[in-house]
Amino acid sequence: MSLEQFKNRNVGTQNYVMLDLGKEPANNWEKFKQVVRRSVKLELFTGLKVTFREMIKALFMGEMHTVKYPFEKLPIAPRYRAIHEMKRLLESGHYRCIGCGLCEKICIANCIRMDTRYDENQRKEVSEYTINFGRCIFCGYCAEVCPELAIVHGGRYEVSSEQRASFALFEDMLTPIDKLTEQKEYPGFGAVSPDADKKIKKTPLAY
Amino acid sequence: MSKNEITITIDGKECRTTEGEYVLNVARANGIFIPAICYLTRCSPTLACRLCLVEADGKRVYACNAKAKEGMEIVTTTEEILEERRAIMEVYDVNHPLQCGVCDQHGECELQNYTLELAVDSQHYAIADTKRETKNWSSVLHYDAGLCIVCERCVTVCKDMIGDSALKTGPRGGEALDKSYKETMPKDAYAMWNKLQKSIIVPSNGTEHTNCSDCGECTAVCPVGALTERDFVYKANPWELKEVPATCAHCSSGCHLYYETRFTSIDDPSERIFRVKNEWNFQSLCGAGRFGYDYENRDVSKDPEAFAQAVEALKKAETIRFSSMITNEEAKMLQTLKEERGVRLVNPEVRPFQRFLAAYAKAAGRSLYPDDYKTIMKECDFVVSVGAALRNDNPNARYAFNNVQKMNKGAGFYFHPVGDTLVPTFGKSVECFTHRPGDEEYALYLLLDLFADRQKLPSEVAEYLESFHETRTKKVVEKVMKTVTETVVDEETGEEKEVSKKVPETVEKEVEYDHNLLVERLGGDAENFAELFEKMNKKKESYALIVGEDLYGHPRRENLARLVALVEEACGMKVAMIPPKSNALGVALICDLDDEAHGYTVGYNQPGDFVLSALGDGDLDMPAMNQQEGTMTTMNKRVVPTNAALEYGGYELNDLMNALGLGERLTVDWTAKLPVDKGFQAVAFDDLEDGFANDGTELRGYALAQIAVEKEDALPEKAEGIEWSTEAIAYRCNPQRQFNDFTDKAHQIFEPFALYASPARAEELGEKVEVRFEGGGSLLLDVAVDERMEGPIVEIPDFKAAADVYGLFGPYRYANVTIKKV
Repeated sequence: MSLEQFKNRNVGTQNYVMLDLGKEPANNWEKFKQVVRRSVKLELFTGLKVTFREMIKALFMGEMHTVKYPFEKLPIAPRYRAIHEMKRLLESGHYRCIGCGLCEKICIANCIRMDTRYDENQRKEVSEYTINFGRCIFCGYCAEVCPELAIVHGGRYEVSSEQRASFALFEDMLTPIDKLTEQKEYPGFGAVSPDADKKIKKTPLAY
Repeated sequence: MSKNEITITIDGKECRTTEGEYVLNVARANGIFIPAICYLTRCSPTLACRLCLVEADGKRVYACNAKAKEGMEIVTTTEEILEERRAIMEVYDVNHPLQCGVCDQHGECELQNYTLELAVDSQHYAIADTKRETKNWSSVLHYDAGLCIVCERCVTVCKDMIGDSALKTGPRGGEALDKSYKETMPKDAYAMWNKLQKSIIVPSNGTEHTNCSDCGECTAVCPVGALTERDFVYKANPWELKEVPATCAHCSSGCHLYYETRFTSIDDPSERIFRVKNEWNFQSLCGAGRFGYDYENRDVSKDPEAFAQAVEALKKAETIRFSSMITNEEAKMLQTLKEERGVRLVNPEVRPFQRFLAAYAKAAGRSLYPDDYKTIMKECDFVVSVGAALRNDNPNARYAFNNVQKMNKGAGFYFHPVGDTLVPTFGKSVECFTHRPGDEEYALYLLLDLFADRQKLPSEVAEYLESFHETRTKKVVEKVMKTVTETVVDEETGEEKEVSKKVPETVEKEVEYDHNLLVERLGGDAENFAELFEKMNKKKESYALIVGEDLYGHPRRENLARLVALVEEACGMKVAMIPPKSNALGVALICDLDDEAHGYTVGYNQPGDFVLSALGDGDLDMPAMNQQEGTMTTMNKRVVPTNAALEYGGYELNDLMNALGLGERLTVDWTAKLPVDKGFQAVAFDDLEDGFANDGTELRGYALAQIAVEKEDALPEKAEGIEWSTEAIAYRCNPQRQFNDFTDKAHQIFEPFALYASPARAEELGEKVEVRFEGGGSLLLDVAVDERMEGPIVEIPDFKAAADVYGLFGPYRYANVTIKKV
C-alpha cells in the first residue's frame, strides 16, 4: 500500500466537503431567541419519541440492547488475549505441556518460569509452572510459540483478584479434568491454520 | 614428527601449517568452516559422519583424515558435495525424535544446527525404527539410545583421550536398508547410513554398566542429547543457563571450564550451578571437575562478631595452616602476613614439592621444569612416568600419557610401586615396572642408562651405570626346521624308498645376553628387556618424563632432583612435574613455607585453633573457589584467571587483611602484585585473557617465566633403596574424582574415605580395619575395593583435612603400617 496519502498533511487540499450548518448566533440576544424558538416548537419531543419507542420495546417487547454486566457477559472474540489457559489432551486427559521451555524463553516480559524433572516414566515432567501476571503484557507470544497448543489465551479478561497469584499456577490455568469434554480448541494466536495440511511436506514412514 | 612448514590453499585462502596436519584442523585454525560431526581435535579421526567431505586437488577426501601436503588445493563446497552432505543430514534425521522441546541438548544440538545449516527441508528416506532403551550406565551417565546418531565421539574420546576405553559400538538389531537406496542415494550417505543402521553405543565390558572413571567427557562431546549427566536430565534448558568461564580448582591441572548457573527453582530464586561444560576440543575434564561443582559456601551473611574474633585470632596467630586450594592472590596475602607479622606458614601438601622444586632449580639452573603437558601430548612419542599414581593423581597427566600412546604411536614406561591394571591398556607398548617403594632413583638411573647420550654423562655416572650390566646366559627356545629322513615302503610296488621331510623342532639354546640389574631391581623382566626395549624404541624421536608426587617427599629427594635434571640434560627428555594439589605450584612459588606449626594456629580450610573455612563448618566463613575471583597456577605453568560463578555474602580474606591494615580494595587488586622475581607478571586481573583460539592455542592468562638460578655442580649420588620392615605398606593416594573436602562435599561424588586395596588384598583385610602408623597415630577405616589396583600396598586417601593424614604419613607418601582387622 502506498503511504502517499498519509504523507500529505496540507489540510484543505484534500477532498473535504463543508456542511451547511446555517448561521451561528452572533450575540447573546440571538442565542436567547434560538433557545426560546426551539423550546416553543417542542423539537425536544421529536427526539424523545425515539427514546420512548426504544424503551417500550426494551421493557415490554423483550428487545433490550444493553448487557447487565456483571450478571451478563458478551461473548469475546476468539483472538482476544486474556488470562492463559493450559489445555489437556482429549484422549488421555494428560496435560499437553511437555516442559520444553519455549514460552519461558520467548516471553518478553520474562514472567514465565517452570520447573521440570525426570519422572518415573522417563519423561519430562513439569513439576511447577507459573506466570507472573503482574508482569505479563498479554502479547500472545507464548501461545504462538507453544508447539503443543498447550498454553493458550483464554477468555478470562477480568483480572482483578485479592492476589494475582491466584491466576498464575499451573493447576489454576489447567482445564479441570471433569470439564475435559467442554475444552475448546483455541483458534487464536499460534493455532494451526485451516490449510496447514497443504503447507507441510510429509515425512515418509516405513511402517 | 616432521615440523616442515607448508602452505595449502583452502577455498582460495592460503593457509600456513605443518606437514601432516589434518586439513580440517588447518581449516578451523584459519576460520574456514567445514561441517563435521564425528571429529574431535586431539583424537583420531573416526570417519563416521562423512560430512567433512572436501575436494583436494580434484579428488574427494575427508578433511578430518586427509593430511596436508605442500601446495594442496582444497575446495570445501561443490554442488555434489553439498548434495552428499544434505543426504547425510537427511539420513541422520530419519527416525530421530522430533520432540526437540524435551531434549536436554535443545538449542545447542549439532543435529539441529547442521540440519538447518545444510537446509534439509524434506525427507526422502525411511526405515522402520528399532526400539532402543534408555539406560543409566553409571551413577552419572545417562544414555538415551533413541537420540543417538552413533557418531562415536564418545567412544573416540574415551579411548584416545581418557584412556578408559569404556565404550564401544554394539549391534543395534535394526532392519537392513532397502536395496533400492544403493542406486538412488549419494554414495557416502548410503555407506554412512548402512553403518549407522547396524550400530549403537554400549559399554565395552559387555554389561549394562560402564566400568570407568566417571569423568563424563562422553556426555560433553555428545553432539545430541543422547548422552547426558544423570543429574541434569530434564532439569533445565541450555539457553536458560548463564555460562561463567572459570578454572577448575580441584587439582593442579587447572582445567578451563564453564560453570552454568541458573535460579534454583520457582520457589528459590538464588543462583545455583546446574552443570559444568568444557571446551572439549582443547581441554578434557575429569570426574571431579565435571561433577564436583556444588561445593559453594551457601547462605553466608556477614557476621561482624565472628569477623572481630577472626581478626583477633590472626593478630594472635603464630602459625597459619592452609590448604593449597586457594588462589594466587590469597597465597600472596598469606605471604604478606608472614612478611609483616612474622607468622609461620604451614602447608603440608605443598612443602615437600617446594623443597623438591628448589633442589631441582639448583641442579638445573632454572626455577621451573621446562615443559608442559600440552607439548608432551602434541610432540612426544615416548613418555615415562616416575613416581605418580597416574590413574589417581592427576587426570591430565594421565590423559597426556594415554594420548601419546594412541595418537603418536607412542610407547611408555610406567614406574610405580602400586600395580595398576588400567595403565597397560593405554597402548601395546606400555611397560609397567612395579618396583619397591623408594626405588625411584633406580628408575631414573635406568632412564639414564637407556636414553642418555654417553658423551653428556659425567664419567662417574657412566661408570656407575656400567656396573649394572652383566653378561649372562639365558636359555632360548627356538624353532628349527630339521630334515628327517624316513624309509617308506611303497604299498603298490613294495619298494623301499627314502623320503626326507622337514619337521619343526624346538631346540633349547643358551645365549649370552646383557643382563640389566636396574631392570631386575625394578621388578622388570631383565632377561628379555633388551629386545623389548628395542621394539618399543623403534622410530621414536621425542621423549618425555612425567615426575610425580612420590619423589617430592622421598627421603633422598635432593638426589632425585639432581637425577631428574641430569635426565633432562643428558637424555634430551622433556620434563614436566605434577604439582601435588590444586594451586600447589602457585603456593610453592609465592609462599615461603615453614616445616612445622608452632603455638596458636589459624587454619584456612585446615584444622587449627581458629578455623577459617569455605566448607561452612569453621569459625568464620570464607568463599569457596567457585565464589571467588582470582588466578590459579596450573601444572602447565600458566597463571590463569577464574571467575566467581555464585554470589557470596560473607567476608573474604582480603577483608581480614584490610582489618589488619594490609589489604587492598579488592581481592583481584593483588593480581598485579604477584612476585615478578618468581616468574609472575605484574598484570591486572581484568587484563588477563581467557579461553582458547580456534586452533587450540591457550589464551588463558600468561605463562610463568623461567628464572635463572645459580647452578650447583653436584653429581647425583648412587641409588639407595629404602628398607621396609613391617608387613604392610600404606600409600597416601586419593581415589579417582576425590581431591579434597570440596569434591567430597559435591553431591555427585561418592567415593568414600576408606582404605583402598586390590580385590585380593581387600578380601584378606575384611570389612573394617585399624591402620597403625609406625610413627604413631592410627586410623579406623572401612575397606574399599579398587578393582584396578594390584599388589599388597594399600591406599589411604588424604582428601579429608580433618583426618590429618599428612600428619600421620609425614612428607613421604609411603609409610610402614600395621593393619588390624576390626
